[in-house]
Amino acid sequence: MAERVRVRAMMPPGHVRTPAYLRGRIGVIERELGRFADPERRAYSLPFDQRRLVRVRFTMAEIWGPDAEAPNDTLDAEIFEHWLEPA
Amino acid sequence: MPHDHPHSHDEGAVHSHEGMSPSGHPYRADNDTPLTYWQVMEIAIRELLIEKGHTDAAEITRQIDRMDARSPADGARLVARAWHDPAFRERLLADGSAACREMDLDIGPMHLIAVENSEAVHNLVVCTLCSCYPRNLLGLPPDWYKTRAYRSRAVREPRAVLREFGVDLPGDTTVRVHDSTADMRYVVIPARPRGTEGWSETELAALVTRDSMIGTGLPRQP
Amino acid sequence: MTEPEQKTDPIPESLAAGRRWHDMGGDISGDGGGPIPREGHDYALWEKRIDALMVLCGEKGLMTVDGLRRVLEDMGPESFETMGYYERWIASVNQNLLEGGVYTTEELGTRMEAVARRGASYGEAAGG
Repeated sequence: MAERVRVRAMMPPGHVRTPAYLRGRIGVIERELGRFADPERRAYSLPFDQRRLVRVRFTMAEIWGPDAEAPNDTLDAEIFEHWLEPA
Repeated sequence: MPHDHPHSHDEGAVHSHEGMSPSGHPYRADNDTPLTYWQVMEIAIRELLIEKGHTDAAEITRQIDRMDARSPADGARLVARAWHDPAFRERLLADGSAACREMDLDIGPMHLIAVENSEAVHNLVVCTLCSCYPRNLLGLPPDWYKTRAYRSRAVREPRAVLREFGVDLPGDTTVRVHDSTADMRYVVIPARPRGTEGWSETELAALVTRDSMIGTGLPRQP
Repeated sequence: MTEPEQKTDPIPESLAAGRRWHDMGGDISGDGGGPIPREGHDYALWEKRIDALMVLCGEKGLMTVDGLRRVLEDMGPESFETMGYYERWIASVNQNLLEGGVYTTEELGTRMEAVARRGASYGEAAGG
């Protein structure tokens, strides 16, 4: 059973790599990618950690609701661990 | 890009044209247009970096040559190898970067994920936050990939986008859109055209278009 | 598969204004919803040089791709409409190198003035 996660619905200013259209949406982890430099720190030349990055797969129905072009089509995106919570 | 020379292009052919670049566009004169503020800044920064010992003219030229040498033809070779060699296809799907390096493709530090089309699945690649592209494999991206319209629509109405590019998918094909949001880059392995049994890798590579590796196109039919 | 439940915007209304201009996915109101322009162009030498400078500055630890994107985003939507791709890049590269102390604003200003006085074309100003 794939792990279900929800993208956090935060809206901070500044440099982040989590698209707004995915915030608050639930998907499943498609694969683990390893650990990568935290762009939210490195963008400002601050000391940064290597953080867990995963690919999350969402259905178009989950993202766009009844307006989805084809509900069972999917969207995969790479999301850092601190943007995910258990769903 | 208000100052660029617009002209139409085809589906992203990777075969060479006489007098054309690898991407199928005419080469353009670089030095005959009025000097702009940003060009002045480029020259000044380049000279300061050289004077301060951070780089030199030869290194900059080598980097330009290295980038110029990358083109969709490299991706076409990769796809053709995957079509031709089932064991290589498995390795490519398992670790795209390692498979490229196995073919001596100069992809630098790029992390590549290969996604495969079939009768059941069609993959499409976009970067909604900027314009991430597998440039170390395919060369620099086409201008349309960087437009607001493509970045906005590809995740919202991918089938309409595909129709605009001339790809009309059956309703029972699942579309998988890949948004390059972080450190991965993506290449689509298009489905191998029917009627190519027994073809060599070189013959197969000639069917692979740039757009078929982004997902907005299909390979040429034999 | 997801149940066909009623979808509400999961972002509280008072936070919606935090969406940033470069975060374009799914925003098909206005220009984002139109046909995809298919005109293309090949990159000129000055554009390739900017690309090369960015790659080299990254390899040498003078700046990062995250820093490049951060400044591009902070330049705002007007820059996306009025400047070319590599014009925005060199503006961002410059901002990052200034912030990193690679050179000073005075050094850059002095050199830009000297470059501009060399001639009216890129070829003349770049010294061939």
